[in-house]
Amino acid sequence: MTDDLPAVRCTGLRYAFGDNVAVDGVDLTVRPGEVFGLLGPNGAGKTTTIRLITTLLRAPSGVVQVFGVDVARHRMAVRRMVGYVPQQLSADSALTGRENVALFARLFDVPRGQRRVRVDESLAMVGLGDAADRLAGTYSGGMIRRLELAQALVNAPRLLILDEPTIGLDPVARASVWRRIGEVREQTGMTVLVTTHYMDEADQFCDRIALMHRGRLRALGTPAELKANLGRESTLDDVFRVITGDDLESGGGIRDVRAARRTARRLG
Amino acid sequence: MSAPPAARPAVSAENAPNPVRQLASRVGTMCLVELQKLRHDRTELVTRAIQPALWLLVFGETFTRIRAIPTGSTPYLDYLAPGILAQSALFVAIFFGIQIIWERDAGVLAKLLVTPTPRAALVTGKAFAAGVRALAQAVIVLVLAALLGVALTANPLKLLGVAAALVLGSAFFCCLSITIAGLVLSRERLMGIGQAITMPLFFASNALYPVDIMPTWLRVLNHVNPLSYEVDAVRGLLIGTPSRLALDFGVLVLAAVVAIAVASALLGRLTR
Repeated sequence: MTDDLPAVRCTGLRYAFGDNVAVDGVDLTVRPGEVFGLLGPNGAGKTTTIRLITTLLRAPSGVVQVFGVDVARHRMAVRRMVGYVPQQLSADSALTGRENVALFARLFDVPRGQRRVRVDESLAMVGLGDAADRLAGTYSGGMIRRLELAQALVNAPRLLILDEPTIGLDPVARASVWRRIGEVREQTGMTVLVTTHYMDEADQFCDRIALMHRGRLRALGTPAELKANLGRESTLDDVFRVITGDDLESGGGIRDVRAARRTARRLG
Repeated sequence: MSAPPAARPAVSAENAPNPVRQLASRVGTMCLVELQKLRHDRTELVTRAIQPALWLLVFGETFTRIRAIPTGSTPYLDYLAPGILAQSALFVAIFFGIQIIWERDAGVLAKLLVTPTPRAALVTGKAFAAGVRALAQAVIVLVLAALLGVALTANPLKLLGVAAALVLGSAFFCCLSITIAGLVLSRERLMGIGQAITMPLFFASNALYPVDIMPTWLRVLNHVNPLSYEVDAVRGLLIGTPSRLALDFGVLVLAAVVAIAVASALLGRLTR
């Protein structure tokens, strides 16, 4: 019965930083089991939306539910269902891969008896079994991303939220991250909510896409539907361009840009 | 916007421990991480030992010889050692605010806060992790002091008391720096403020000289400075000088609890 509940349902979601309205009345439903892509230029409000869903920000108006649980009223319950990988490279380089994952197993109260097995499973799932006892500081950018995926997976979340998971990665590493996401989803049936700038990735890997611009949802549908609306031979890039117009440079605070650059720099 | 019937958290109770056990678990987790980091990289322990070593060797030895500071029957080096111990713990703990801003910038803080960990539990965990790191540093300073001939207690209970005082003091200063981090929000500003307050905290305490020889205004500062209570407790337990242990520990516990509460309240500013 709970399978019918949407993984995420946002109703009339609004959030403003001072005068700057980051999320402006978003209605959004993510179906259980799908890979849902949230697309949009810098400053479109994607990350803010994700922070509202993950309980990091509290929405002054509007409702967010994760599998039917109200985010504002049951924060801890929502956190137990969610695995979150932020945009920046957030694994601790001073710890080994295994220690990084074990830390999150503890923080999610994975019972002591199951901890070791669950940590090993998560590491194996992302293909880091052999590198588990090396310091994360020695990992490549793609490996760090996969390690973060393992950190999020150790709690077996029902909803996996990835904020720009492939930003700054080379094409090979990007493909490998997406392959792992696909495998995990096949094995567990978990719902994936992902933001990305890369239209080709969204086209290839997302079941449905929402295009966000200036805090609002401008388009929603499967990649094929969105392209079909524009006519034959059009790409998602075309859809993106039509929807956002020419004012792409208007959004994106210095903090977004700085964070993206820092991530890119750490990836080398 | 009607609430659906299934609004009750179906999965929440699954792994949820009671709040006290959860707090203990988070504190243990944070301390464990600190120990793991120390095991992988001990350079910081060594570099951070240089300053206290200089204080003991140069300042301590010299002032012991010229007998400029009246410490009664206690040799000045013995009097100084607990002060330097507390100082090195202070320097370790003050660093944690910078660490939390780094964690904010790296997305680590957001990731920690999306786990079922209340803010206060996270801050308490950090506070005790600072205590663990400070204790590791303290062991080195203690060995140094012993090598220099300081007459340290060998009573395990008293040493445990010393550890408790250092952990509580570190918890306070760690949360003080997280509080400032939550106010200034940038690493550069925090580093400036950290630099600006650590030495005054040190000089406005009984770490280097007895309260009796302080001018009145400095005595007032000394009275509101938790570092003084930390030093008083450590000195009493370690060297056997007269101290007011009940008052010292009372102040340290209260200061740590208040600092944890304030730092937890301000932590949200860092994730906005």
